Amino acid sequence: MSRVGWIRLAVLAIAIGLLELCCRLGLIDQRVVIPPSEMAVALVRLLISGEANEQIVRTFGIVLLAALISVVAGFALGAVIHALPRVRQSLDPFFATYYAVPIFIFYPVMIVIFGLSAIPIVLMGVATAIVAMIIATLNGLDRVPQVLAKVARVHRMGAIATALRLKLPAAAPHLFTGVKLAVSYAFIGVIASEFILAPAGLGRVISDAYTDFNNRQMYALMLLLIIVATIVNMFLHVVDQRWAERRGIAKP
Amino acid sequence: MTTAAADADIHAALSGVTRVYPETIATPPVHALGPLDLELKRGEFFAVVGPSGCGKSTLLEVLAGLQQPTAGTVMFEGRTVSGKVPDGIGVVFQEDASFPWMTVWDNAAFGLRRNGVATAEIRRRVDDALAFMGLTEFARAYPAQLSGGMRQRVCISRTLVLQPRLILLDEPFGALDAQTRLLMGDEVLRLWRRTGATVLLITHALDEAAMLSDRIGAMSARPGRFLDIVVTGWSRERDSKIVSEPQFGEITGRLWEDLRGESLKSLGHPGMAAG
Ligand SMILES: Nc1ncnc2c1ncn2[C@@H]1O[C@H](COP(=O)(O)OP(=O)(O)OP(=O)(O)O)[C@@H](O)[C@H]1O
Ligand SMILES: [Mg+2]
Repeated sequence: MSRVGWIRLAVLAIAIGLLELCCRLGLIDQRVVIPPSEMAVALVRLLISGEANEQIVRTFGIVLLAALISVVAGFALGAVIHALPRVRQSLDPFFATYYAVPIFIFYPVMIVIFGLSAIPIVLMGVATAIVAMIIATLNGLDRVPQVLAKVARVHRMGAIATALRLKLPAAAPHLFTGVKLAVSYAFIGVIASEFILAPAGLGRVISDAYTDFNNRQMYALMLLLIIVATIVNMFLHVVDQRWAERRGIAKP
Repeated sequence: MTTAAADADIHAALSGVTRVYPETIATPPVHALGPLDLELKRGEFFAVVGPSGCGKSTLLEVLAGLQQPTAGTVMFEGRTVSGKVPDGIGVVFQEDASFPWMTVWDNAAFGLRRNGVATAEIRRRVDDALAFMGLTEFARAYPAQLSGGMRQRVCISRTLVLQPRLILLDEPFGALDAQTRLLMGDEVLRLWRRTGATVLLITHALDEAAMLSDRIGAMSARPGRFLDIVVTGWSRERDSKIVSEPQFGEITGRLWEDLRGESLKSLGHPGMAAG
């Protein structure tokens, strides 16, 4: 690991240690926050007991589904919009302001339409994630060198072969930024929706635990979410770096 | 003039070709090329020289079928070229067109794989082309790990493996220093002799054109037309050593004579061109 990496790890360890110390010394009321070590113990117990497994699988399944839909549909929409400059021009302001609008206000409407099921939650996940993917696709395709389209014609490739065999890989590093964002946003969209109103899922369980003063359950699941989100992000980051390095693109 | 025998000798031809880039919201129409005529004989090495922006790349793209001429016709191997790049034409572009996500080897194999050529044959042809272009030890490298000139050689390999009968090269070594470019010229000559293909090379380097070609077309400032066609008379076995021959100096001198005024014009000094 690099020196910066060690420093980063040290900062994290110190922060957790401080929190632990504050809780143990009673500076923070244990009825409000339990020490991190106890969170970890509670999480391990919860996982072993298998009580929450169904909810865990459900929520991460929905996140995965929402992220997949966002990435695939976002790329397809991005590619179509990119091919139609006028449509793009008219849509640009919407993309620019999309994340300035709190899209959660539409969640109740979706529940009214689709009922209290997984569908509105998937849709909220997609709604938060897909535009990031569309924007990344537009950016990526903008950066595809014009000469590749000529190469495609010299090889007598059709529009679809050109898009999939040349434009997609040429834009891939930029698309990957979209994938990373889409996964993060899908997490946020899904968990937040479950928090607000859902028949089941981790967000719902955490919210219930909160109402019941069940600190152990609440913090255990929060810890789980943080760990999973971090691991997924680190994995995507490493893949991204490898890829960029090979192609000589310096990425911070 | 058009006896059957003479026609068979003409590999590709432009007649009365004009190319005007249509007007856009931001730009007026641009008359980039012509009207001009050009007949490439089968197996000849033809160079095009001309000032920057005179329409050389446009000429190449029209000839390749990548652009429709605004007027006139383009013929390749006896057929009219229209809207599609005919089989048998290979193009190396002015810009770096290597695929950064593929290794050098996979870059070179791209066209063969698309054409569904058998694996063993692909391996044979790609290995051969990379060896010929001096890239064997970089076969597993990615373009980002190569110099600009090496990347152009990757693009040449990618074209070469398809065994084109007409090879169009658009300033392939524009980014190289003069000495390296002359050495790369030797490579191009070897390539030309070995494949027996017809080669059209675009360059802005007069010495490069004089050394490599059977004939050289000197183009005017935009809209590009041929001012002069210089026949060099070199033997097929020439190499970069001919630069020390007196005839070499005569050819470059004549090209410079042709182009001096035009280059000034394209720089925006028409008054000086008259003097
Ligand atoms: N796609 C295009 N749309 C509009 N105008 C164009 C386009 N491509 C080229 N032109 C114009 O046509 C003229 C000729 O361009 P071209 O690229 O053929 O020149 P060139 O001789 O290859 O120049 P260079 O030596 O710099 O490569 C230029 O004035 C350029 O501005
Ligand atoms: Mg050019």
